[in-house]
Amino acid sequence: MRKTAKFLATAASLAVLVGSASLVPQTASAAAHGDMVKQGKEVAFDRKKGNCLACHMMDDGTSPGDIGPPLVAMKARFPDKAKLRAQIWDPQVNNPETRMPPFGKHKIISEKEIDAIVEYLYTL
Amino acid sequence: MKKSIFAVAALCMVSATAATAGEKAGDSTPAQDLEKYRSFFMKRFPGVPLQEFANGVNAVSPANRENWEAIEEFPPYEPMIEEGKALWEKPFANGKTYSACFAEGPGQRKNYPYWDANRKMVVTMEMAVNECRTANGEKPLKYKKGAITRLTAYMAYMSRGQKTDVKVPMNDSGAVAAYNDGKSFYFARRGQLNFSCAQCHLESAGQRVRTNVLSPSLGHTTGWPVYRSKWGDLGTLHRRFGGCNKQVRAKPFKAQGKEYRNLEYFLTHMSNGIEYNGPSARQ
Ligand code: HEC
Ligand code: HEC
Repeated sequence: MRKTAKFLATAASLAVLVGSASLVPQTASAAAHGDMVKQGKEVAFDRKKGNCLACHMMDDGTSPGDIGPPLVAMKARFPDKAKLRAQIWDPQVNNPETRMPPFGKHKIISEKEIDAIVEYLYTL
Repeated sequence: MKKSIFAVAALCMVSATAATAGEKAGDSTPAQDLEKYRSFFMKRFPGVPLQEFANGVNAVSPANRENWEAIEEFPPYEPMIEEGKALWEKPFANGKTYSACFAEGPGQRKNYPYWDANRKMVVTMEMAVNECRTANGEKPLKYKKGAITRLTAYMAYMSRGQKTDVKVPMNDSGAVAAYNDGKSFYFARRGQLNFSCAQCHLESAGQRVRTNVLSPSLGHTTGWPVYRSKWGDLGTLHRRFGGCNKQVRAKPFKAQGKEYRNLEYFLTHMSNGIEYNGPSARQ
């Protein structure tokens, strides 16, 4: 009887463990991703960093410029994340006459900040 | 933090020359350029008469214009014109005045900038003022703000209505080279943000960077010195050139150095036919 109880208890705790085992990392990565999106938005909006609003209408940013196209439906329009990142790193590759600054190539913002912006753009 | 940004900026100063829209200095003559740029702007802003471009951003942005018209009702630069008049009339230590150098009086705007064939250089009005001073035993004035803006405000005011008429003598290779040098500067990408003058004031003229509407280059040189609310004072054209270079995190050049004088030569030529209307007020 006791044995069975113990067994049950173990099974239960195991189940909890297994359940939480798959749950804990997922929550952590979701949180990390959320942080990255948040940071990406901050960097994109910051006048001293990305200052993307200078030229692009995006999200809830106030008084955007109109030099570049609105940044909407980014995931659908850039299914290849690497292409989106490349556009931010050095837009002159796509268009030698572009008016968009080369954020990566000229180290205007860091590689990590570009990654964060890409994650943020994918939510738009 | 700021320092590190500028260190990087210095490294990637000029990354391409005359790249914009395939423009290359020397591919066309100054006369062809005048026609080309003027018609570009006239087409982009249909209904804006040529002379109206003398008013900068206010020619192409109704919202800016409304604000500006209110400011011009009580021009903040008016007392400065008076200060300039007093400076103009005040004798140097040797008893002479500026009239000793400027035979036609203070209304001289139309004569500058010009190519001095003997000295093989572009001479601007600010420079002529300082050369008059040093020739008469006075110290030269600083070139971006202060007394020089008072004097040139008075001179500009007395020159209102004169037409821009910059000549580039085609038989003088030095003059043509100085013009082309200014043109290359205008189309060269610069600074960490990698912009040319043309990308903001030609390609994007009338568009918005955040809330700033970008003024067209046509007419850029007619209204100086300019009283900027942001400066709370008058400043010279070369002060503005420096500001626009800094904006893209490039190192500004020296006011009245060769780079900016040649740029002024090119840019003023582009406005040939437009009347001078300085001093003026801007945001
Ligand atoms: C000074 C202007 C300017 C700034 C600042 C700017 N862009 Fe751009 N951007 C443009 C222009 C103009 C285009 C249009 C394509 C071209 O000319 O290369 C563009 C295109 C894009 C595109 C491609 C959009 C499409 O629909 O194809 C993306 C993505 C983009 N920008 C993201 C950004 C991000 C992110 C930032 C800030 C970190 C930024 N931009 C800052 C001017 C700018
Ligand atoms: C990143 C954009 C940008 C670049 C590049 C730039 N400017 Fe500007 N410039 C501005 C803004 C914004 C203003 C203020 C609004 C206006 O009048 O256009 C301005 C104003 C000016 C004015 C004053 C106009 C007036 O009526 O008072 C002049 C002249 C000028 N710029 C010349 C230049 C020249 C020459 C270059 C290249 C050396 C240059 N700019 C590069 C953005 C730029």
